[in-house]
Amino acid sequence: MNRFTTALATGVLALAPLSALAADSSDPIVIPVHNWSSQIVMSNVVGQIFEEMGNNVEYVTTDSQAVYESVRLGDVTLELEVWEGAFGASFRAALEKGGLHDAGDHNAVTREDWWYPMWTKEACPGLPSWEALNDCAAVFATAETGDKGRYLDGPVDWLKHGQERVEALGMDFVVVNAGSAAALWAEIGAAEADKRPVVVFNWTPNFAEAVWPGEFVEFPEWVDGCDKDPAVGPNPDALYDCGNPAKGYLKKAAWDGMEEKWPAAYATLTKISFTNAQIAEMAKLVDIDEMEPEEAAEAWLEDNADVWQPWLGNS
Amino acid sequence: MADATEVHGNISPGFGGLSRSKAALVLVAVAVALTLLRYAGLLPDALFRVPEAMVPPFAIWLDAIFNFVKDDLGLLAVTRTLTEGLEWILDATANLLFGKRRWPNLGPIPWTSIAAVAAVIGYYLGGWRMALLAGGTFVWTALIGQWKIAMETMSVLVVAAPLAFVIGLTLGILAWRKPWVNRALKPILSVLQTLPFFTYLLPAVIFFKVGPTAGAVATTIYAIPPMILMTTLGLQKVSPEVVEAGEMSGCSRWQLLRHVYIPSARTEILVGVNQVIMLCLAMVVLTAFIGMPGLGAKLLAMMGSFKLGRSFEIGVTIVLLAVTLDRMSKAWVVKQPEHFEKGTPWWKRHLTLVLAVGLFVFFIIVSQFVEVAATIGRKQNFSQGKEIDTLIKGFLNIDAVKAVTGFLRAFLNVQVLIPFRNFLLSIPTPALILLVTAFALWLGGRKQAILAAVFFSLVALSGWWDRSVITLYSVISAVALAMIIGLPLGIWAARTERWSKRILLVCDTAQTFPSFVYLIPAIMLFGITDIAVIFSILIFAMVPLTRYTIEGLRSVPEEMTEAADMSGATRMQKLINVQLPLALPTMAVGFNQAIMFAFFMVIIAAFIGTQDLGQELQRTLAGTDLGKNFVLGICVSLMALTFDLTILKWASDQKKALGLGD
Repeated sequence: MNRFTTALATGVLALAPLSALAADSSDPIVIPVHNWSSQIVMSNVVGQIFEEMGNNVEYVTTDSQAVYESVRLGDVTLELEVWEGAFGASFRAALEKGGLHDAGDHNAVTREDWWYPMWTKEACPGLPSWEALNDCAAVFATAETGDKGRYLDGPVDWLKHGQERVEALGMDFVVVNAGSAAALWAEIGAAEADKRPVVVFNWTPNFAEAVWPGEFVEFPEWVDGCDKDPAVGPNPDALYDCGNPAKGYLKKAAWDGMEEKWPAAYATLTKISFTNAQIAEMAKLVDIDEMEPEEAAEAWLEDNADVWQPWLGNS
Repeated sequence: MADATEVHGNISPGFGGLSRSKAALVLVAVAVALTLLRYAGLLPDALFRVPEAMVPPFAIWLDAIFNFVKDDLGLLAVTRTLTEGLEWILDATANLLFGKRRWPNLGPIPWTSIAAVAAVIGYYLGGWRMALLAGGTFVWTALIGQWKIAMETMSVLVVAAPLAFVIGLTLGILAWRKPWVNRALKPILSVLQTLPFFTYLLPAVIFFKVGPTAGAVATTIYAIPPMILMTTLGLQKVSPEVVEAGEMSGCSRWQLLRHVYIPSARTEILVGVNQVIMLCLAMVVLTAFIGMPGLGAKLLAMMGSFKLGRSFEIGVTIVLLAVTLDRMSKAWVVKQPEHFEKGTPWWKRHLTLVLAVGLFVFFIIVSQFVEVAATIGRKQNFSQGKEIDTLIKGFLNIDAVKAVTGFLRAFLNVQVLIPFRNFLLSIPTPALILLVTAFALWLGGRKQAILAAVFFSLVALSGWWDRSVITLYSVISAVALAMIIGLPLGIWAARTERWSKRILLVCDTAQTFPSFVYLIPAIMLFGITDIAVIFSILIFAMVPLTRYTIEGLRSVPEEMTEAADMSGATRMQKLINVQLPLALPTMAVGFNQAIMFAFFMVIIAAFIGTQDLGQELQRTLAGTDLGKNFVLGICVSLMALTFDLTILKWASDQKKALGLGD
């Protein structure tokens, strides 16, 4: 049909003797899909790899926090993007209850912290240092915050501790929690029109990098224990007086029953590892090139056969 | 009604009514005194807020009960078995509508066939205009490139809606037959209707498996209540003469039900069907959180990557589907069964059926040869997403718009809303409970007052008082603003038939347009502030206020307005002294719905960013705090129920006093 299928066919054929040993169940592997592009495309990429291996795959849209309960119950087979910052807590809670496990890290690292779009630098040239940000706090003031600046934090369920950091570092900022990622984009989008300076919570890899170039604010570097031991970090009496880790993990999680039911697919899953650049590329196909996720996944697989073919092996 | 005597005792002008308002005044006075004491610093902290040590561990208890019911009583096993059956049906419809690889492996049906059948049904029910609307909706969906996702949504709705219909009809008949069923159902239905959506979410996922099944179940549960109510109402209204006629011709009980009662209650039952369809469509986006595929899921993904234009287009599709199904089901209500002369040939009696099947087959054959007739690909569609993006952003960037929103933000938010919130928070808990009780006593009666006191005390004991008050504050502010705008609009529109119709269409649109779509513009206009939250609730709460004002005013008996004209009343006098008082009970129902909608929406507004119960509920979604999730949900439900019970009681009292009947 196309290059992609041919490539897959060769790949699968070459490995046929190996995969024949472990026959996967014909029940569909259920892959959860959330509401951000890179995850949707990645799910389709992995789904199509599984399909070409001869498995049945189904996608199901779910909330990205509630999904761990479903993985635990086996209703959903795996989860491809477990972000340390945003979902670490839900993931760990589910781990404790049992039913799912860690299926390895992606090569990609994640960073989640205070962020500003480039145009903000014009109003506050000292950036990205956090002290400089604090000096021009007034630039970020809104009608509700008086002369203090406003920092727009992520949703409360992402547990970002923005408020604690403001207090620990004695910053002139008021922390407001957005209710969703979409709310963050809306604020940046509204600020874009008249290049109003804003400082918001953001993360990478993310489609926003391509739409609004920007930078993270440089806080005192993360040191282990900053969230547990007050002595760590510049303020000896407070927790959370550091920036977030600049290299957070991006994990995969799998249902405990997956290995037994779909051994070949499971083996592949543990080998899957995407890099930041690859994830950004997947997001770009949908967000900038306006492809549908399935088409984007096909296109990506076609262009990156050398990346994913080794994952099919049993070595 | 069972408590009719009690009602009359209360509303009869004279001693009873007087003492009630006096008692209410006393309660208010105590509340004011308590608040003043607090301001003077004389009120002990224990009377200001329930001390933490006194809060019972409701969350832990509820968790234990939930686990007991789920595992020890084996409910999970039961629902999981049901889920398998449901999944099989959903797979079948999914195969037919969008070609999921499951039994019967026939689908997907070409879009041209479905559009043609829709047009024929439209023609049968309402002539050319309806045919155009029905066919046009499906053609739009295909051309805009949303056919597949729309069919994913429909594949669940075509199961959920009939399911809600059957269950609702059965329960409605049972409730009509057996008074105890009715009594048991009523409180359950009230709680179900007021429980926030976030509380359904986790149980639905646990019991019915994330995916279309959980989506179908959540949709069904949400859509059942009006079906039950309308069925019972319709059956109660059947006139005894008709029943007697049935009995005389020797009907068995089943025959009586099938051939006498249900046909006689046809209109009400069909109104119920209409409600079921509308509520199903209202859930399209929210159920996407628990695995409902299709339009809602796509909408959330589009919003996650800030594509306003494409989310707007999905919103339009949902509205078009809703309006089409609404108009078609309403036309069905009006359409009486056709009767033919004896000897009319079969095809003539079933012309519509023949035509529909004919076109259906015709297009299936055509689509074998012409690919565009079968599916429209991504690149052939006419989506204008990017252009709409630019339009919306351009509008938000007009200086006049920015000036208005800037003013609103500086004035309404800083000068009015925030001080109002702080004021509500400064009232001691017992004082606020007394105020609410006084309100229920004055408007409803003793029973309502007692319930109000109990409900709000429970909220206080839950340990989430401050957040509950903030929730209440958003609801009150939004409904107050909705009244300021919605009531005059309704009164003005009700003056002419033409404008009534137009505004009602706007109401339909605002109600079915997914609220998520305007959360984003609300934020872009007002930032993440209380105004954005209240603005998004406002749109939703205004709909019933305006709708019921129009309907109330337009249904004032003509004799009354004529009498007013004859006695030389001016237009204003007629409105204030005749029309409004007569329309008031209906308007009260609208007011009640506005409050219910506001309680619904205030929780959704957590996606903007709030500090109320919704925010805490959102925090529990990770699935670890099921007990806390229930406690928060019940807090919302209790507050909403207090208003619901009180206002509906008042409305029915007024109706009786005015002799308007039910």
